[in-house]
Amino acid sequence: MKPPVFDYIAATSIDMAVAALAEAGGEAKILAGGQSLMPMLNFRLLRPSILVDINRIPGLAFIDETADTIRIGALTRHFQLETSPIVAQHFPVVSCAMTHVAHLAIRNRGTIGGSLCHADPAAELPMLALLLDAKLRIVSSAGARTLAARDFFLDTMTVDLDGAELLTEIVVPKLPSQTGWGFEEVARRHGDFALAAVAATLTASGNQIEQARIALTGVGPTALRADEAESLLVGRSLDANLIRRAAEAVREAISPETDLHASADYRRHLAGVLTGRALAAAWRRATSAALARGAA
Amino acid sequence: MSKTLDITVTVNGTRYEAAVEPRLLLADFLRHTLGLTGTHVGCEHGVCGACTVLVEGDTARSCLMLAVQADGRNVETVESLGRIGQLNALQRSFHEHHALQCGFCTPGMLMTATDLLRKYPLATDDDIRKGLSGNLCRCTGYEHIVKAIRAIVKAGDGQ
Repeated sequence: MKPPVFDYIAATSIDMAVAALAEAGGEAKILAGGQSLMPMLNFRLLRPSILVDINRIPGLAFIDETADTIRIGALTRHFQLETSPIVAQHFPVVSCAMTHVAHLAIRNRGTIGGSLCHADPAAELPMLALLLDAKLRIVSSAGARTLAARDFFLDTMTVDLDGAELLTEIVVPKLPSQTGWGFEEVARRHGDFALAAVAATLTASGNQIEQARIALTGVGPTALRADEAESLLVGRSLDANLIRRAAEAVREAISPETDLHASADYRRHLAGVLTGRALAAAWRRATSAALARGAA
Repeated sequence: MSKTLDITVTVNGTRYEAAVEPRLLLADFLRHTLGLTGTHVGCEHGVCGACTVLVEGDTARSCLMLAVQADGRNVETVESLGRIGQLNALQRSFHEHHALQCGFCTPGMLMTATDLLRKYPLATDDDIRKGLSGNLCRCTGYEHIVKAIRAIVKAGDGQ
């Protein structure tokens, strides 16, 4: 299995990359980490006229802190995100989830922007972008726009990005204090794509939930937020009964598929169980957040 | 055949210049262009880990990288680790623990373990198993590979 013939350009600036994309008229593919694109080329599932390699563009791989946000360059590698002290401090849920993304050799190469744009329905990063209400900065030769993660993921491996556009940056708003997190994933083998995974944050105000976020992956055409379950939780205190109701709401909200690895019923069952575990962990951390935020 | 691009790649400390097609995989560049057949090619889609090499010190699947992407970069293959009669500590440990049988996965296992030992404490056998989860071995059942790496962690001789 070898890739088909294509032209190749190693862009050295964003302007150069988007100009090449525009010129190719939708027939180009962007080569970032290549960890999903290269297998598809080797299988000849894709036959782009040209590969626009963005690996040599300076300033596209960074993790920066601002007053209210963490900014992540699209070319940031998974391993950088996994081991970033800034990420560990503000989004320990991300640090935890990243260790479940494939294997070290793939995390060394794979990029945050690439994973979001590839939008595998069982990948962790789209789920995390939804969980954290990330905003995506997208540029083309015609200009720039900013899009909420919620509006980005349209369908299986389909995102709101046309052939002339390049994702350059992910902006993640910091979480309120008193926020705890939970992450649960079941895969057939460590590093495989999730059969189901859940990430949750709960923000406590006294003994009540002030804000709840639940995101899932592996249980539908795209990662998703469980809005109904989140609404159930707000204003209440987490107990076994509330966890049961939230898990039930998650099971009803998803439409998993049956494939070689798991049946739809099993995935639905997993989503409920993992939601319960993630919520319990998030609440435990939220209610001891003054002591443990970031350290948990 | 599309037009070729001129690249300069440093492999195991030696500079090589070549004109390559953009679609040439790094794995095939190493094996066919340079004759460095220590890097093995299994699945050619990033699943088996046999073709794992170090690029700028970090493991990469050489079947998921183009040779042109390695232009100006440092690549290390299994040939960099040691020679017959002069195995490095990790290779000796694989030998002593019978961590290979047919040897097909071994180059990828060795390069993966090299990177794991540099980046993670590998405090438990479970950590080692997770670290090796992207490298397939069909002979050993992994037990002896885990033992070989465990011995290096214990010896504090990961580099």
